[in-house]
Amino acid sequence: MADEAPFQFLHSEVIEYIYKSADSGEENGRNITKLENMGLRVGQGLIERLTKDTARFKDELDIMKFICKDFWTCVFKKQIDNLRTNHQGIYVLQDNKFRLLSHLSAGKQYLEHAPKYLAFTCGLVRGALSNLGVKSIVTAEVSVMPACKFQVMIQKS
Amino acid sequence: MNKQSNSELFTLTYGALVTQLCKDYENDEEVNKQLDKMGYNIGVRLIEDFLARSSIGRCQDFRETADVIAKVAFKMYLGITPSVTNWSPAGDEFSLILESNPLVDFVELPDNHSTLIYSNLLCGVLRGALEMVQMAVDVKFVQDTLRGDNVTEIRMKFIKRIEENVPAGDE
Repeated sequence: MADEAPFQFLHSEVIEYIYKSADSGEENGRNITKLENMGLRVGQGLIERLTKDTARFKDELDIMKFICKDFWTCVFKKQIDNLRTNHQGIYVLQDNKFRLLSHLSAGKQYLEHAPKYLAFTCGLVRGALSNLGVKSIVTAEVSVMPACKFQVMIQKS
Repeated sequence: MNKQSNSELFTLTYGALVTQLCKDYENDEEVNKQLDKMGYNIGVRLIEDFLARSSIGRCQDFRETADVIAKVAFKMYLGITPSVTNWSPAGDEFSLILESNPLVDFVELPDNHSTLIYSNLLCGVLRGALEMVQMAVDVKFVQDTLRGDNVTEIRMKFIKRIEENVPAGDE
């Protein structure tokens, strides 16, 4: 859809900028963190508007389902394809065709770049959850392009 | 809800970018330059996306270009249709008037950023996109609602036609 394009192009350019402007000795980790922090703020802002008129959530699982359906649809125009949990605070969200990876080739050589394209979204999820009162750590990994898994670890405060 | 929320994603991400740039650079002028550069990088790729989606043929003249930008491109990507006005007598300059600018929803410029051209990315995008269709243009904001003006006005000036690169030996 055309209206997804501006965000996707902007997202790619933000990644380019973060990496180009990093000092040559700078570790990848710092750049990933910068991207994640940007995503965090956006996620917080976005969830606020999305849940303005929503009823309170029943429980943690209810919140995660909202992320997988409503939130993911708002951001990526599709739902999470598979949600798994150990019912002890760990959730794995699988997106079989992650929008922000689909422009990268499916070859193995691009796998090492994939984390750059996941960092912002990890922050997005973490930010959304934090504004819903859930503290978490979100990581992501690509198994086979363009499928990826976001792992959410709920932090009990 | 989808359309609105998707433009919010873009708006919020853009805001996060500008915030990051203001942290990274010491003055507004540097931020403006960086936004223009990033916009340019986006523009040179966005044009392909645009041409693929819109199947618009080659524009006959700058007036047609202006209409396509305002009525097709802006509508397609940002959901707004700026008006095209203030043509120069020579027909090489015009203004895009934006009643509303999706990039600045919920944004307020802090006092110490009075020379920041918040939406400068747009200028770069337009410049980069048109360069790919052989037009060198100058694009700049002349009015900005963020700075207290009633409307947002982008001025576009045609500089020259860029010759297409012809491979050596291809007469």
